[in-house]
Amino acid sequence: MKYLKYLIVGVFFGIVLSKAEVVSWYRIYEMFRFDSFHMYGIIGSAIAVGIILIQVIKRNHLKSILGTEINIPPKNRSVARYLLGGIIFGLGWALTGACPGPMFILVGHGIGVILVEIASATLGTFAYGLLRDKLPH
Amino acid sequence: MIALVMFTLLYFGKSFGISSNLATMCSMAGAGKTVEFFRFDWTKRLWNLVFLIGALIGGFIASNYLTLYPGVDLAAPTVRALHELGIEDPGAEFVPGSIFSWSTLFTMKGLIILVGGGFLVGFGARYAGGCTSGHAISGISDLQIPSIIAVVGFFIGGLIMTYLLLPVILSI
Repeated sequence: MKYLKYLIVGVFFGIVLSKAEVVSWYRIYEMFRFDSFHMYGIIGSAIAVGIILIQVIKRNHLKSILGTEINIPPKNRSVARYLLGGIIFGLGWALTGACPGPMFILVGHGIGVILVEIASATLGTFAYGLLRDKLPH
Repeated sequence: MIALVMFTLLYFGKSFGISSNLATMCSMAGAGKTVEFFRFDWTKRLWNLVFLIGALIGGFIASNYLTLYPGVDLAAPTVRALHELGIEDPGAEFVPGSIFSWSTLFTMKGLIILVGGGFLVGFGARYAGGCTSGHAISGISDLQIPSIIAVVGFFIGGLIMTYLLLPVILSI
């Protein structure tokens, strides 16, 4: 039962991203062409609200339901991995028109072939794990 | 709404990041035996997979019970560009049916987009330490410099694909 709350938040997330059309291949293509404000409005407002919520958390030292201090794990300082990894991710994002979350949501939409994409993405993650020591970070 | 999801997960004592589930799936499949990177207790990350299964169910609910119009209303220049790329009926559905189908999977185009694209997403997300949810939303909301660098990378890659590579791939 302790997992139920995550399932509910997940369902909410899936519905929101569907209704906002973020899961659409076309919307990603349109975004990278800068033809529409649609995606920028959604991501931009999520970030704007996110910044405010996180500032509220930090200034008031809000605790989670576990009683622990809330924090977002800080990322390690580096440029190479974020830029190179980001570029590789961006190439894939514009090609598949979906980042990992929307891939799963699209399976829910009945587009079964996306499962192949997910399997391939898992394989890509595995390949990163294999090559990790050889890549610049 | 998306920020609210992030806030709720933080409130539950977790964080918002979807691509780490792919690493969890590797670990569950036993990748930890050969690769140190996947040697962790995946049961601690099960909550995130449950969240993702929830998202899948959310997609099912949205497409079956909440959607009146199955497509997207795209900007006119985008529609024109898609026509030039040979995509019929842009925006009629969420994804181009000519690409995202089982029959396309075994063509060169399908393999590049579905298998190749998926691979790049999985590889790049882990290399960059996060995807759209972890970097663009969580990371930038927390004003973290690495996340801003990663998102700049997302766009460099995305623009190269959209303007240079995609027209070639779609013409195959």
